[in-house]
Amino acid sequence: MIANGKTPEDIEALLPWHAAGTLSRRDAERVETALAADQELARRFALVREELAETIRLNEMLGAPSARAGEKLFAALDAQPPRRSKIAIGARISEFLAGLGPRTLAWSAAVAALAIVLQAGALTSLILLYQRSDLDQASYRSVNYRTASAPASSQAGVHVLIRFAPDASAADITKLLDGYKASVVDGPKPGGLYRLRLPVGKDELARVVGEMQGNRLVGFVAAE
Amino acid sequence: MQVLFARHQVKVYRFVLRIVGNAAAAEDLISEVFLDVWQQADRFEGRSAVSTWLLAIARFKALSAVRRKGEVALDDETAAAIEDDRDDPEVAVQKKDKGEILRKCLERLSPEHREVIDLVYYHEKSVEEVAEIVHIPENTVKTRMFYARRKLGELLKQAGVERGWP
Repeated sequence: MIANGKTPEDIEALLPWHAAGTLSRRDAERVETALAADQELARRFALVREELAETIRLNEMLGAPSARAGEKLFAALDAQPPRRSKIAIGARISEFLAGLGPRTLAWSAAVAALAIVLQAGALTSLILLYQRSDLDQASYRSVNYRTASAPASSQAGVHVLIRFAPDASAADITKLLDGYKASVVDGPKPGGLYRLRLPVGKDELARVVGEMQGNRLVGFVAAE
Repeated sequence: MQVLFARHQVKVYRFVLRIVGNAAAAEDLISEVFLDVWQQADRFEGRSAVSTWLLAIARFKALSAVRRKGEVALDDETAAAIEDDRDDPEVAVQKKDKGEILRKCLERLSPEHREVIDLVYYHEKSVEEVAEIVHIPENTVKTRMFYARRKLGELLKQAGVERGWP
């Protein structure tokens, strides 16, 4: 045995992966240490590198597929029915839950509840951040000038009620809110609902809500 | 899907071609592989690299296609036929081209040995990923690679190249 817990044979067996650069950092360090201390192992590693180079060359000689492969694939994709709807996914989730034992189901429910609590916590932080941001902007405006094109009021826009998908992370939600330049003004309300302000006109509201309804991060959304 | 296909089609094609030994069949199979991936996208758990998932599907489809045709998986004869315009190892020795001898000897390995060598060296798969693609335990991956390299050394010796290992 050698000091790092691997026999010389173990180390030698790892040489091909070391040459390919696919070892974990820890194993790579072990191999490097052994190579530095063992000339015969270093010589064998040179053989491995030759094998690697010629294997790559041999594979590259096999050429590439013609355009026919891609054409066939994309023609087949065009002929495919639309992907399953959310309802179908819901049905599959129901089937999955029906297959779980009571104990597993209880644990799953506990984990889901915890996820909702964590998401609520993350969203509360977001609300505080957004409110803080509004306050900062307001104080900035109070000590600075306002341009003629600045919005008449920070409260301009429309409001929607939204519930995020249970698996939506705080990062996902931040990205979604930023995408719509939306801010959370209230929540969580009963049912995990939040009130968002969107900086759009009433004429655009239906389009934006429709767009949000198609977003996987959104469980429910409606104009207020 | 276009991005995924553009990024992985060549490597998947080469992997499949090694198994089926026919370019047209390999092209048909890679279309099927990517179509399967599109249809099963919601089953991808993200625990492994997409390329590992693709190669596992590709391997299954290629071996099934070979079995359907009642053929054996790419044997020595078929492997040699892919590029039989090139010199055999003995002729290559006369030309003193060690790289070419090595490539010829790689082609003479059994399908199992060639597969593990390709996955490790060309497809840059870790021990765990090879195990996932080939459906064998991780320790078997290591021993298979060891025996593949040992066989390669024997073939090189027969071709007049003495490496001092094994």
